Amino acid sequence: MNLFGKKNYISIENRERTKKVDKRKKAEPSIPDGMWIKCNTCKAIIYKKEVTEYKLCPNCDAHFRMNPAERIAITCDEGSFEEFDQNMHPKNPMNYPEYDQVIKKAQDKSGIKEAVVTGRCTIHGQKTVLAIMDSHFMMGSMGSVVGEKITRAVEYATKHRLPIIIFTTSGGARMQEGIISLMQMAKVSEALGRHDAAGLLYVTVLTDPTTGGVTASFAMLGDIILSEPKALIGFAGQRVIKGTIHQDLPEGFQRAEFQLEHGFVDRIVHREKLRNELGKILRLHSQTGREEA
Amino acid sequence: MSNAMNSVAIARMIERPNTRQFIKAIFDDFMEFHGDRYYADDGAIVGGIASLNGTPVTVIGVQKGHTLDENVACNFGCPNPEGYRKALRLMKQAEKFHRPVITFINTAGAFCGIGAEERGQGEALARNQMEMSRLKTPIISIFIGEGGSGGALALAVADRVWMLEHGMYSVLSPEGFASILWRDSSRVAEAAELMKMTARDLLQNEVIDKMFLEPKEGLENNLEYTADALKEALCETIPKLQKKDIDELLEERYNRFRKFGEFIE
Repeated sequence: MNLFGKKNYISIENRERTKKVDKRKKAEPSIPDGMWIKCNTCKAIIYKKEVTEYKLCPNCDAHFRMNPAERIAITCDEGSFEEFDQNMHPKNPMNYPEYDQVIKKAQDKSGIKEAVVTGRCTIHGQKTVLAIMDSHFMMGSMGSVVGEKITRAVEYATKHRLPIIIFTTSGGARMQEGIISLMQMAKVSEALGRHDAAGLLYVTVLTDPTTGGVTASFAMLGDIILSEPKALIGFAGQRVIKGTIHQDLPEGFQRAEFQLEHGFVDRIVHREKLRNELGKILRLHSQTGREEA
Repeated sequence: MSNAMNSVAIARMIERPNTRQFIKAIFDDFMEFHGDRYYADDGAIVGGIASLNGTPVTVIGVQKGHTLDENVACNFGCPNPEGYRKALRLMKQAEKFHRPVITFINTAGAFCGIGAEERGQGEALARNQMEMSRLKTPIISIFIGEGGSGGALALAVADRVWMLEHGMYSVLSPEGFASILWRDSSRVAEAAELMKMTARDLLQNEVIDKMFLEPKEGLENNLEYTADALKEALCETIPKLQKKDIDELLEERYNRFRKFGEFIE
């Protein structure tokens, strides 16, 4: 008898599991394994094969979080990316208990050694240095390795008179590395100061979420600051602000559109158009590096 | 009480001498200037020009109060973006007139509020770090109490970073550390110890260059004890920094921060 039979799209068990994950990471549009996925923005159940390499929700156009490999695939000219400092990994400056296990777990989960991938590539045939953060690795937090890799990438760009593009996504400084993680903010900022003084182009692409110490350093220092739609961008976390002022936060607070309205973002760019926009920006600055060389 | 927690408690004491008191004790003819020229004047940041034994200097610091009224006026020492922009404006002015800059740091952190976000707290902090790293005049930063994260760093990208014996400097408060990483607010003292946030720890890992002892009877009872030592050190160090070729000074400042980080390749 098949009177009440329904197609078994998702089992109850799966639903429960998704719910549990949701509780901890409310705002994160995630793509769990399986044929069907749920968009955390519109809550629609989506057939996985409908999601393209741009990782957008086919129902509401939410921009899901990407890892560096996926970002490289939709940004760089095919096969042009050469990675820097691939094997750099952290020590434990604060002797934080079991830090090596925390790192190991993050490495297994993300498949990369640390929360940023750096290198050089071409976009529409134009050379650029690139840094791509990954929120899947300890929330993209910045410790010694993230600071050092980005600083080296910036210094490489300065030395070779190249532009640099940084895709940001981060919860902020890596608390487990204590004060040394705070020092990374100054380290990257001063390297960008020299790149800037050399008359070279720095483009920031803010992606969801960009907060804390990364917002308070290199994320906000771009000559041109682009953002993906609806990305959360801010200095203080929303829970901290609520706890400080005991008020509800306005709708859309700290989203990309809020930052554009308040003058901190140049352009909000849909992910499918990002490569073209970056190519165009690089082309319009193509004389910049050579002029003073 | 652990040593670290003891210093945290002392650094936060409401009686602890604040920036205005240090300015009065160390400098002559302090003249305060207001406003960031964009939006407002932030009472959490005090700044202006003064004389250090006859040498014109720019002095900037985070102000905390001793009473509730004073603290409301200075937002409990938590600056808004306009405070950091006022500080940067005064630093640029110092650069123009070849005056050394001395900053006093005593803040739980940059203010976390709706207005602060609307006016770009992150941008203000970021801009200060970048501009301080290449400011063509000597900078000395002195941590006199709390040094809370990016809100402290945005006034402390300096040639020399000094700290009083019971000052502190950390990426977040020990309370925040315990509740975020361990979800257990009862482990604050353990967090404070682990975070290496006291002057002695920071001296060891070279985050600060020099520590100034505080009097046994407490800084609030004998400010001169430490202020005199600070004045002497400033009078000795500033001429040395001023004599340096500016490119050399900036190279040393760059390397001072460039060196931080522990990693394996």
